[in-house]
Amino acid sequence: MSIRERLSGNEATAVAMKQINPDVVAAFPITPSTEIPQYFSTFVANGEVDTEFVAVESEHSAMSATIGAEAAGARAMTATSANGLSLMWEMIYIASSLRLPIVMALVNRAVSGPLNIHNDHSDAMGVRDAGWIMLFSENNQEAYDNMLMAHRIAENKDVLLPVMICQDGFITSHSIENIQLETDEEVRKFVGQYKPEHYLLNADEPIAVGPLDVQAYLFEHKAQQAEAMRNAKKVIKKVAEDFEKWTGRKYEFFEKYKLDDAEIAIICMNSTAGTTKAVVDQLRQKGVKAGLLKLRMFRPFPTEEISEALAHLKAVAVLDKADSLNAAGGALFEDVTSAMYVNGKHVPMVNYIYGIGGRDTTEKQIESVYSDLAEIAKNGKVENPYRYLGLRRREN
Amino acid sequence: MAYDMKEIVANKPSRFTEGHRMCAGCGAPVVARMIMRALKPEDHAVVANATGCMEVSSFMYPYTAWTDSFIHTAFECAGATCAGAEAAYKSLKKQGKLPEDKTTKFIAFGGDGGTYDIGLQSLSGAMERGHDMVYVCYDNGAYMNTGIQRSSATPKFADTTTSPAGKVIPGKMQARKDLTEIMVGHHIPYVAQTLAYMNFKDLYEKAEKAIYTEGPAFLNVLAPCPRGWGYPTEDLMTINKLAVETCYWPLYEVVNGKYKITYKPVKKLPVEEFLRPQKRFKHMFKPGNEWMIDEFQKEVDSRWQELLNLEEITNK
Repeated sequence: MSIRERLSGNEATAVAMKQINPDVVAAFPITPSTEIPQYFSTFVANGEVDTEFVAVESEHSAMSATIGAEAAGARAMTATSANGLSLMWEMIYIASSLRLPIVMALVNRAVSGPLNIHNDHSDAMGVRDAGWIMLFSENNQEAYDNMLMAHRIAENKDVLLPVMICQDGFITSHSIENIQLETDEEVRKFVGQYKPEHYLLNADEPIAVGPLDVQAYLFEHKAQQAEAMRNAKKVIKKVAEDFEKWTGRKYEFFEKYKLDDAEIAIICMNSTAGTTKAVVDQLRQKGVKAGLLKLRMFRPFPTEEISEALAHLKAVAVLDKADSLNAAGGALFEDVTSAMYVNGKHVPMVNYIYGIGGRDTTEKQIESVYSDLAEIAKNGKVENPYRYLGLRRREN
Repeated sequence: MAYDMKEIVANKPSRFTEGHRMCAGCGAPVVARMIMRALKPEDHAVVANATGCMEVSSFMYPYTAWTDSFIHTAFECAGATCAGAEAAYKSLKKQGKLPEDKTTKFIAFGGDGGTYDIGLQSLSGAMERGHDMVYVCYDNGAYMNTGIQRSSATPKFADTTTSPAGKVIPGKMQARKDLTEIMVGHHIPYVAQTLAYMNFKDLYEKAEKAIYTEGPAFLNVLAPCPRGWGYPTEDLMTINKLAVETCYWPLYEVVNGKYKITYKPVKKLPVEEFLRPQKRFKHMFKPGNEWMIDEFQKEVDSRWQELLNLEEITNK
């Protein structure tokens, strides 16, 4: 029996963590994810969870302590944003290479510099090849639901990889919206107990974790991580199916919004999908065959599925909320175009870097992308595929 | 029970085994072995190790020299990694998810690079938060694993590969950081400075106290390095002895703020005796460089006097 509530994205995440009742949470405050450890430490202080809360002195230590705890045999969680994730960067790779099913909430924010506390996806894009499963969430409900699914994915024996649940800083982390919560009991039943096979605290079977791994071994160990990431796809799918049976809420690798009969479409992640859906609806009323592909599962990247879903379109725009500063295009654009090429699908594609440092993304802007796409669809040509949306330019 | 090394070695098998790749004449494995022996045989340990000589030589895949559970993550975070494992223990124990009759102790090892320098923040955080763990710094006075670069533990004038004794600058020009005092400043229940000397009694007893004192404890252990210091491998124990007898490395402990010097040389030897057998100080013995030895001696004397004063003040 679901419970109707009104929560911000951060509250929803903290509530999910409370219901999961992890053994250890180690975290350091950073805007806009600060509220998560705040709410959580209140649950600890009031005895609502069994968790040891470790109020570490930095994000580097947050991830180090989370790794230590998870390796010891505990279910360990943390939360961060932007520069916090940057400081963790070294440990992010170590967490995945040790095959520890840690779950982290990443409340997306622009990475310095200059300093900016608002939303974009530069933090997440900085760790996109770190061996973490990365799920993105349009709103508080999805942030909550993805969090409830995370441990089942991470702890699966064929996976054993850490999971990052992303949502947009402030836009969803601080906006209070309606949400359907599940009961503590049902959540605990769905998530299940963590039963690691090998762990430091097993006195009957001492283990050594984190070796010096030289030329003769590292390559194979990395290939095993890559294999686990490939395995994750079927597990993510299965967990979502079980989740749907339980809650009725359906999750796939990506959401196709009026995409199947569309001629032009946008691909984006997180909260921008909400704005885009509103624009799609307006355009549909005017007879424009607009659609949206909202990517939920960014890592592993669903190359075949994306190329299938986009193959019939006349023009596609990929919206990147982080600039790769490579004179070529954003990270999502490169992944999508590469998926299309490798799978032999050719659709004219264009990239828009948008919303950097919390720049507001309006319906009008999204509408302008669809008019650009209509133009591209008409003449089949893409001039300058690497564009900006909402950037102020000096008048010449 | 009085300390008896023979009995300890006979009755407590080494938990840090042969087969590790550390150099002959290195002080670190001697220290690790004796500290691990201070554990009660029935207790299990989780060892966290900072990246460094000890880690790369004792756990090269697929071989490990540790018979207890062991974790290495990175250079600067043995403190936080160990703290995380300890938090897991507390949580799982409280929830009844671990056997009630078994005890696990938590010991972190780091070199001076991983402790005095890059890992200082992580160590400080772990100690301040009160985790029930021991952090052991095996101090060999430079970044030996990467090839003898200066650290903040490197003594003044020492010749290292990033503080070379050149024609204009005669080695490291800064004095050594006093980490033991920094740890005393954390007001934790147990802080001690020790090394392997006199049948290992001082080292063993302090390790035992550190491990079995509830809450955070810190051990600073001098661990000479034959490559970095430039002494014949067989002279390890002589170098240790001279470090103590010259008061370069005083042996003391601070229990709940009270200082106790655990060994006072009957006749304090001139520090020259400690410096002379080491190649890293060779340039100090060239004609015209007598001032360097004088200055070094003054530094040792003033730090020793400071320690004597602290012992007196805190025991009044």
